[in-house]
Amino acid sequence: MIPLSYYMILSAIVFVTGVVGVLIRRNIIMLLLSIELMLNATNINFVAFSYYLGNIAGQVFVFFALTVAAAEVAVGLAIIIALYRGKATVNVAELNLMKW
Amino acid sequence: MVPIFFAYFALVSIVAGLLTVSLRNPVHCGIALLALLGHVAGLFVLLHAEFVAVVQIIIYAGAILILYLFVLMLLNLKTEERYFHRRHAWYITGVGALTVELLMVLLASRFSGAKGPATVAAVEEIGNSTAIGILMFSDYLLPFEIVGVFLLGAIVGAIVLAKTPSPADLSGDER
Repeated sequence: MIPLSYYMILSAIVFVTGVVGVLIRRNIIMLLLSIELMLNATNINFVAFSYYLGNIAGQVFVFFALTVAAAEVAVGLAIIIALYRGKATVNVAELNLMKW
Repeated sequence: MVPIFFAYFALVSIVAGLLTVSLRNPVHCGIALLALLGHVAGLFVLLHAEFVAVVQIIIYAGAILILYLFVLMLLNLKTEERYFHRRHAWYITGVGALTVELLMVLLASRFSGAKGPATVAAVEEIGNSTAIGILMFSDYLLPFEIVGVFLLGAIVGAIVLAKTPSPADLSGDER
């Protein structure tokens, strides 16, 4: 029987990897991919707690997280395409129109 | 047997996650993310969440990741662009230190609580997807409906945003 904390450690490592990805990557598509990493880490936690605490609600919430991820990807990628059409770059350092 | 599978899935997940943020070619990053998604689905099977595992494969790997790859190939990115933040070593050091602290806390804790009614045997009796469906369409019916409306809004928003502007729009003073 694997302790629950192992799953939490795995989830923490994957989540932190995603955070590092958001911080260091400059390609806006890679930023979205890193957010997917973080969402997956939370899903691991949800399912692990659902199993160890005997409550199926954790698996239901994975579906909601999945839906939010799908919507985020659809809208995010549409925004990226619109951005690329206007500025021909995906580097977040050059997308500074709203920076003050 | 389960610890071996857990070790395999966990290690490959971590390595694929690291590759996802460190590889230079965005398409390779997408493939690394695919490996991560598949192995996380394997973890879900180990946790007796078979339906979630299949949904993870179909929706994440089959739909979301394909969407990413479509956009990556549509944009046809230049390869000589600067990839990492100027001071990325500082970020990695800082976040790494925080992670060590976090792992210390996680290793020391027990995370036990009151057991719910859905033990493995009870869920096996009616089936995993049935158990999820019963809960989703009773206790979580309102969130389910809200998510449906939310998805509709996202679809309409994505189409409006990605629509090719007609020449009449471009000739205006907008750009």
